[in-house]
Amino acid sequence: MATPLPAAPPGACAALIPLLEEICGADHVISEPRELRTYECDGLTAHRTAPALVVLPDRAEQVAAVVRACAGAGVPFVARGSGTGLSGGALPRSDGVLIVTSRMRRVLEVDPLSRRAIVEPGVTNLAVSKAVEPYGFFYAPDPSSQVVCSVGGNVAENSGGAHCLKHGFTVHHVTGLEIVTPDGELTWLGDGTGASPGYDLLGAFMGSEGTLGVATKVVVKLTPLPEMVRTLLAAFESTSAGGTAVSEIIGAGIVPAAIEMMDALAIEAAEAAVHCNYPAGAGAVLVVELDGPESEVEAEASAVRDLCEQAGAGEIRSADDPADRARIWAGRKSAFAAVGRISPAYIVQDGVVPRTALSRILGRIAELSGRREGVRVANVFHAGDGNLHPLVLFDDRIDGAGEAAEEVSGEILDLCIEAGGSITGEHGVGVDKAKYMPKMFGADDLDTMQFLRCAFNPRNLCNPGKVFPTPRLCGEVPGVHRAPSAGAAATAEVEIF
Amino acid sequence: MTSGAEIAVALAGTGAVVRPAGPPDSVGGVEPLCVASPATLDQAAGVLAAAAGLDMAVVPRGSGRTISWGLPPARCDVIADLSGMTQILEYAAGDLVVRAEAGVTLGQLAETLAEKGQRLVLDGPPGATVGGVVARNSAGPLRLRYGLPRDLLIGITIVRADGHVAKAGGKVVKNVAGYDLGKLFAGSAGTLGLIAGVTFRLHPRPDLSAWVTEKYQGSAAAAEAALAAAASPLQPSAVELARPRVGGPLWVSTLLEGTPSGVSARAGRMRVALGHGASEAMVAPDWWGAIGEAAPGPVDGTLVRVAFWAAELRPVLDAIDAVAADTGVAAAVGGSAGAGVLYASVGAGEDPEQVAVFVRALRAAIGPASGPGADGPARGSARGPARGSVVVLTAPAAVRERVDLWGPVPSLALMRSVKQQFDPGNLMAPGRGPGGI
Repeated sequence: MATPLPAAPPGACAALIPLLEEICGADHVISEPRELRTYECDGLTAHRTAPALVVLPDRAEQVAAVVRACAGAGVPFVARGSGTGLSGGALPRSDGVLIVTSRMRRVLEVDPLSRRAIVEPGVTNLAVSKAVEPYGFFYAPDPSSQVVCSVGGNVAENSGGAHCLKHGFTVHHVTGLEIVTPDGELTWLGDGTGASPGYDLLGAFMGSEGTLGVATKVVVKLTPLPEMVRTLLAAFESTSAGGTAVSEIIGAGIVPAAIEMMDALAIEAAEAAVHCNYPAGAGAVLVVELDGPESEVEAEASAVRDLCEQAGAGEIRSADDPADRARIWAGRKSAFAAVGRISPAYIVQDGVVPRTALSRILGRIAELSGRREGVRVANVFHAGDGNLHPLVLFDDRIDGAGEAAEEVSGEILDLCIEAGGSITGEHGVGVDKAKYMPKMFGADDLDTMQFLRCAFNPRNLCNPGKVFPTPRLCGEVPGVHRAPSAGAAATAEVEIF
Repeated sequence: MTSGAEIAVALAGTGAVVRPAGPPDSVGGVEPLCVASPATLDQAAGVLAAAAGLDMAVVPRGSGRTISWGLPPARCDVIADLSGMTQILEYAAGDLVVRAEAGVTLGQLAETLAEKGQRLVLDGPPGATVGGVVARNSAGPLRLRYGLPRDLLIGITIVRADGHVAKAGGKVVKNVAGYDLGKLFAGSAGTLGLIAGVTFRLHPRPDLSAWVTEKYQGSAAAAEAALAAAASPLQPSAVELARPRVGGPLWVSTLLEGTPSGVSARAGRMRVALGHGASEAMVAPDWWGAIGEAAPGPVDGTLVRVAFWAAELRPVLDAIDAVAADTGVAAAVGGSAGAGVLYASVGAGEDPEQVAVFVRALRAAIGPASGPGADGPARGSARGPARGSVVVLTAPAAVRERVDLWGPVPSLALMRSVKQQFDPGNLMAPGRGPGGI
């Protein structure tokens, strides 16, 4: 199964420049090394490769022409949206073309009666919700990076977000895609209805991390704005007590829009960064958000409050209006960037465990970090669906600390797999976690998945080296984030986790 | 040519129960040589490996309820009968996840889940198998809020045409590791491989369900009510419409589920939204989900699925009525109006030629060119997606011979490549795939 990745013939990229300039305009083809460096990584900065060329097409036909040019010349190509991905899924090839969709940001159509909109891939996630809000709708999948991340990137990663517990992932909210196939043909997958005839190629394309083609138009489903949104914050002595409350809420038949948890170390970081004023001394805080018709939200909120109290919650706060709710979310949303306040560097993981295994796995994670000098783990996670985001903190100025953190990080993924979970809940495999794929899937599983790639992308010129482990990726190191500066952490408006 | 006896010996070596096929085993009129009933995943894998070794075509079968829907297979030597694989392998109530073998029925599953106050939010007859429901990707009224089987499927175990076993997804709801082969196999009707096991996400059973129903004389008022209900913040689980006879009144009914106090308040408001004569009941109207792919009864006539952008509801209703009147075909109409899916059901007694004309005329009236901004006959072109389809799900042989059941299928070339990759020998339900591939 493992074959060498394709490589562009020598000089092929330079030879493409006149053609690409003709397609996209000279201003929208970048070949100057200093400018290319802007695109050398996505949100996962540990992997860096400057592309040979960057093109910024303006519309689908240009993307198709660029892909045809690349395919004709045997040049690998990678699509990139806003570059907020966290698994190196948009990592360029040094011998390839990077197709950046940031100029393709038109909302082409809003059809409120059909509850559909058609947008270009470079439109930001939040811009979709803003465009449809006047009609009483929103676009439900809301990755924390929604201010900047692109819908095209969301399609590639099948993005989730805090509210996917109730509302589902990107795959549940996209009913049609125009794509450019890896040989440069424009075609539609799905017809927008959600009941398109034939194989569900749309569903198979979602979350394929750019390896099956480039999305150029996206038909999204619109969801009626909830009548009421209530956010509760409950403080617990420990994550274990908080975990009990989560189990009780789910066990009571309530499906909140979101259930998020932070442990003491994460709270400490958030407090230092944004003074979120979470209850002092809490070992864990739980943020539960309920949305829906007023009568249902009232009934569920009262039940959630009771269940939290029974699970030993100290203080419980509740908010309905947007400003008060934002204050509750501030700590949670700042947590990742805020970690920069308490640690020079960190690795973020995205493993998933069955919800009922949360307390046990958190205990094991604490043991893992306790055994390594200089490594701490802060936990901020989507408790409702068991999606952990452990932050493995270390000081990269100390010899060996990075390696120790990488070991802990890998062991956390092993714990997730052992518990019956996944190596990634929403960040994707990309280049970063490809080497863990054989731990989760057998050779036949991976081989069979590649049938799909072979059907769409037989020459493997379209985002090669992602998702599936190949010889080239052996020995890659997991991602290390440089913490942002303290000032940036405190004022960061844009969250990327 | 391999003899039936040789096949039986080869298949029996897998441990599966093998018997010669009889007329009741025929698939759309094609009679297989034998029926192999594996009891385990290993046996199922053995059956496909043995069949592949003998170049035998295989059609997987669950309860057999919809086995003859769609095109008849070009070849069918072996029925892989999954109805003996009935183990619920894992039920993690606290995680709202269940893993089951393909032959588990919806009824069996519902009974187990009800003990913990949970459910799989899929409509379908209790006798239907989970493997079959996924293979057909069939859904009923609940599709508005909860989607299709593919939307609830979080993991799948398949046996490939060559007998290799592969899995994708997992048993946690949130998981983006690897390609989601479950989506690809949902609706593939046995043409890409055999679905041996499925893992679903579950939902809590609501404390209370209420149906708010109103009758309308014209399509305009019915369509307006259905679309308003679907777009309302009252969070309906389903918005259904029925028009039992051509020219007759239309019914719209919405299902509300939740807490007792919540449902009662929402039902009161929904009555106002549907019109002041709307009635509220704790039971579904008798026509609820009665026409469609997930309907409880057998379908012996022609069942047509019309999918469209919901804004087109009224033109679609009018087109069906106009075409029915033109052809003299008595088509009953019902379905998930709020979700943009309607079914036209035509009795087995209708003239096959007229039914074929009905289907073609329907395609011409509400096919590719319908919908704002659609760009005419070039389905799935660069300028905009084709915005609907008219697919004949099942029809008597005399109708099948006269009309293309699929109609235009977007991206058929890619679908062919997928079929070629998964089933290079064309052994899995050959000829039953999209557009007859």
